[in-house]
Amino acid sequence: MSDFWIILTGCLASVSCGLLGCFLILRQMAMVGDAISHAVLPGIVIAFLFSGSLDSVPMLIGAATFGVITTYLIELFNKKGGLQKDASIGITFTWLFAIGVILISLYADDVHIDQDCVLFGEIAYVALEPLVSYIPGLSAPSTVWVLFIVMLLIIAMIIFGYKGLFLTTFDPSFAAAIGVSTVVWHYLLMSAVSVTTVVSFESVGAILVVALLIAPAATAYLITDKLPKMLVIAALVGVIASFGGYYLAVWLDASVAAAIASVLGIEFTLAFLFSPQDGIIIKRLRR
Amino acid sequence: MNIQVDNPVLEVHDLTVSYDKKPVLWDVDFTIPYGNLVGIIGPNGAGKSTLIKAIMGLVPKGSGYIKLYDDSLDSVRHKVSYVPQRESVDWDFPASVLDVVLMGRYGKKGLLKRVSKKDKEIAYESLKRVNMLDFASRQISQLSGGQQQRTFLARALAQEADLYLMDEPFAGVDAATERSIVDLLLEMRKEGKTIVVVHHDLQSAIDYFDWTLLLNTRLVASGPTEKVFTTELLQETYGGKLTLLSKIGDLMKEKQFPAREK
Repeated sequence: MSDFWIILTGCLASVSCGLLGCFLILRQMAMVGDAISHAVLPGIVIAFLFSGSLDSVPMLIGAATFGVITTYLIELFNKKGGLQKDASIGITFTWLFAIGVILISLYADDVHIDQDCVLFGEIAYVALEPLVSYIPGLSAPSTVWVLFIVMLLIIAMIIFGYKGLFLTTFDPSFAAAIGVSTVVWHYLLMSAVSVTTVVSFESVGAILVVALLIAPAATAYLITDKLPKMLVIAALVGVIASFGGYYLAVWLDASVAAAIASVLGIEFTLAFLFSPQDGIIIKRLRR
Repeated sequence: MNIQVDNPVLEVHDLTVSYDKKPVLWDVDFTIPYGNLVGIIGPNGAGKSTLIKAIMGLVPKGSGYIKLYDDSLDSVRHKVSYVPQRESVDWDFPASVLDVVLMGRYGKKGLLKRVSKKDKEIAYESLKRVNMLDFASRQISQLSGGQQQRTFLARALAQEADLYLMDEPFAGVDAATERSIVDLLLEMRKEGKTIVVVHHDLQSAIDYFDWTLLLNTRLVASGPTEKVFTTELLQETYGGKLTLLSKIGDLMKEKQFPAREK
């Protein structure tokens, strides 16, 4: 049964991340996703210090707040300060992440989060969690519940907000011209990324969550040129990596999270070589 | 020369726009009559694109006001269509031509309602008018420059607006496409639409536009094209560049290239 929970956790996290990642890479904001995944750390610690528990809701609020602050600071340094976009990203997230690390070490005795866990996560712990039942007949570890609810919210956001996300991603100035607020959609997406990052964090850690955000979306981008297909493929790529990664980790007796990210890398390489439209080998054969 | 009209479709009053405290538009003031094909002409960096972005509320105004149909943009937004520069979007985006044209329906429908059969009919009709019907299901990454431009025009047509603001619709398209776009614009004018076009080619401007704005940070002239196209006003718009051009011409004739002083 522990295999099942670990794989399911991986699937839920990678589907949420993969879906959001599609919009991130199409907005040329992949590194903003990276930044957010690190910069939410002080938010989590502060939320913990205030609420005194590892309860998900205050943490999500703390994380979402810092995700939005990160996005805002990046825009501020870029637009008002005239600093390059990548430099703005670099300064913002390292600084916020550092504050988070200091907060953890200051309150290390009280806080149940340790730095290794933040950086690398430990997906295998999910199997040790007690099962909770919110719906009669269904019981699962609370991490799985939280990831599941977040995934449903993200799928709902993409289904109902599809036109808004599509329009503001493809042509923001046209969107603004027809009276659609690009700022609202931007921050909605960034909040979703922050929340998803945090709930995936515990399992895969701050570094590998970036792999979940970017690799499935990048792989899907190479395979298809239709956005709805890209979203589905990104989710599938994540699911395959969760299964493959788990068994690879068992076989090698290695970290599950790292194995998942490695499988993502392999999937990307395969798409890069053999994708029907952009694969370099396919292109060569066609010539 | 600045000819003001009564009951204008578009009124720009004392508009100033700056980027980083450098003025891009300075005290621009003009009115545009209904049902005209209007050209905004000026050298590179004259603020032509910024002017229509300011009209659409896409860049912050330093001072002045803009009225469309004697009203604010927000209350007449559904009557106004904006066609951004073709290069402003990523054409490798995973979308089809039809997806892009259907965006023209988003403004009227809101973002939550589903695309209806009627919306699709309007989109196909718009594609037909720009001769792109066969490309409806084509991915936009496979389009040529002229086809990209016509996709943008079809999206604008699908908006069913009355006033069209187009940023460089002739940039980087071949002569045949340019001709077909001009024909479309003339057809739209016949239907009573007002079309404002940012344009950089002086020679064709004389043939295309009924009304011309000459712009170089300041507004040099606004009026019927034949009255605005005087050597004096063009010199003023293009400043030293035109004189430089004629000087170079003279030098070429005499074959006397000045040697650099040692």
